[in-house]
Amino acid sequence: MIRFPVALLSVFLGLLIATAQARTITDAAGRKVEIPDTIMRVLPAGPPASVLVYVLAPEKLTGWVKAPSDEEKAFLLPSVRDLPAYGRLTGKGGTANMEAVLAARPDLIIDVGTVDATYASLADKVQAQTGIPYILIDGSFAKSAETLRLVGDLLGVSGRSEQLADHADRTIKSLDEGLAKIAPDKRPRVYYGRGPEGLETGLSGSINVEILEAVGAINVAAAAGKGGLTHVSLEQILSWNPDMILAASGKFSGSVKDDPLWADVNAVKAGDVFGAPALPFGWFDSPPGINRLIGVAWLERLFYADVFPEPLAAEVRAFYKLFYQVDLTDEQVSALLNGALPASK
Amino acid sequence: MTDVSRKQWRAATGWIWLGLFGLLATAIVSMMVGKYGAGPGALLAAIAAKLSGEAPDPILATVLWNVRLPRVLAGLCVGAALAAAGATYQGLFRNPLVSPDILGVSAGASLGAVLGIFFSLPVIAIQLLGFCGGLAAVTAVYTVGAAIRGRDPVLTLVLAGVAIGAVVGAGISLVKILADPYDQLPAMTYWLLGSLTAVTHQDVLSILPALVIGFIPLVLLRWRMNVMTLGDDEAQTMGIDTFRTRALLIAAATLITSASVSVTGIIGWIGLIIPHIARMLVGPDFRKLLPAAMILGGGYMLVIDILARSIALIEVPLGILTAAVGAPFFLWLMAAGKRGWQ
Repeated sequence: MIRFPVALLSVFLGLLIATAQARTITDAAGRKVEIPDTIMRVLPAGPPASVLVYVLAPEKLTGWVKAPSDEEKAFLLPSVRDLPAYGRLTGKGGTANMEAVLAARPDLIIDVGTVDATYASLADKVQAQTGIPYILIDGSFAKSAETLRLVGDLLGVSGRSEQLADHADRTIKSLDEGLAKIAPDKRPRVYYGRGPEGLETGLSGSINVEILEAVGAINVAAAAGKGGLTHVSLEQILSWNPDMILAASGKFSGSVKDDPLWADVNAVKAGDVFGAPALPFGWFDSPPGINRLIGVAWLERLFYADVFPEPLAAEVRAFYKLFYQVDLTDEQVSALLNGALPASK
Repeated sequence: MTDVSRKQWRAATGWIWLGLFGLLATAIVSMMVGKYGAGPGALLAAIAAKLSGEAPDPILATVLWNVRLPRVLAGLCVGAALAAAGATYQGLFRNPLVSPDILGVSAGASLGAVLGIFFSLPVIAIQLLGFCGGLAAVTAVYTVGAAIRGRDPVLTLVLAGVAIGAVVGAGISLVKILADPYDQLPAMTYWLLGSLTAVTHQDVLSILPALVIGFIPLVLLRWRMNVMTLGDDEAQTMGIDTFRTRALLIAAATLITSASVSVTGIIGWIGLIIPHIARMLVGPDFRKLLPAAMILGGGYMLVIDILARSIALIEVPLGILTAAVGAPFFLWLMAAGKRGWQ
């Protein structure tokens, strides 16, 4: 007589234990996703996600979106240098092979970046097809610390994520304190040029120029409206006449100084053309991920050297040690900063 | 029927049975090729697990039933649909260089899908826009073509298709220029090259009604289709309403093409070369040509998809492979083929 309730109770307890094995979280798109308690293997769906997983838990990174080049490998932990590349995992727009993804046996797929209806429905689709939980994380720069804490908690590395998030908080705090001392008319008017010709730029609100706005500079391309990355003509750049040019590629920063077409731009006349360091991940965007935190320290010195006098090299070493877990040699530091700062500093 | 034609008919029926067996074999082989659990052992294990209800390897089950099986089914449907549409268009326009794109169906579907990606719509809306875009483009072409009277109706249709296709193409280029080059443009590019990588059972089910509705007139009107290939004047003397028949056949072929490309993206070449190969094998009689083209189209698509998922760790878009494999084959056919197209 008593057996039946006992059996029922044990089933109930068993169910309780089983549900405790998994958590349900709500991601940035408002999707409810059930994820396992312990996550050992994570697959990033896009480049910003691969940076995030690498800095938080390199041992849990299952593969890259795009294999790192030899130059990039020198700035990465040996254990992740030769992980396989799976391609982009965004369904129809993606290059990843679903079977290869399943064969990698990830516990979780993470995508970091813009959150919209297309990405949310692609995530639903991949999750339904593969049975692997797929979460979307808001990749905006202002939420860097929050993102680090959130994902660190998911991956069970909250000790490490707290350290990193703390660093992010301090970076933003010292930036805000410094910016408060700088009058609006002292903010530089900057053009950010991408591509070999430098004729590709980010409009106002684009995730690619987010940190330009974060450090209080004026993005001259904002005059062309809001949007994402776009192509502009040289005429537009001449009419904007920026005080400073930031180049995403070394090819552009090298050629623009001697290009007669660009000679009349204020920035070129003054020699204020600087290249964004790009190893192992870009300092400015490419990808627009957590890697941009060091870009803030760089732009502070570049734009407002008198308010932020501390040497950049020490900050770079500390950031690479903390986030990428690599000790930079003197040669690596000077190679990174080559062309990124005015020659006198 | 004379003895000779009866013999030909029997030979063609033999070819079609052989083709069906070949198709089944290709589909089974296709189920065994992939990045996870390749080979006959994996397939047998998955079937055994399915029958017994126990799954020793849940990932294998997911791969075979949720990833690979939808690909195989979608490949069969889409390949058969594109080849059938191609055979229909080539017959109707009495021109061997015609493919389903001639009346702008692919261009219209591309514009719809590209707009859907541009406005960051959910996937289902992107597919729906692609489907409607294909139908809308052909409707526009047909309306313009029918409005211009006093000329060869087939020629006006083709020219209207070329003109509207160019306008739609300009629209696609405009959207691509305006799109975010790192976020949206890759998605558009992959869509325009076609892929079966993320096809699900729901995708296959969603296009099935359109395919069935489109195939019915093609099958029912197979004899009239033969007469249409003789030209309008001859067909009219045989008592066929060429205007209505043509409209119905175009509508059917457009429906199946639109539905196919809405889930896979644009896959070129199948609608052009497969009907040719079918014609070489069974002759121009549409009653034999239609099944032969469908079987070959499905089979070709399966083979191309096997390549797409196995030659690299990432997926190779189907449009690249169908053209790279199909174009040289097509040139060889042109040089070596002796059989006339009519």
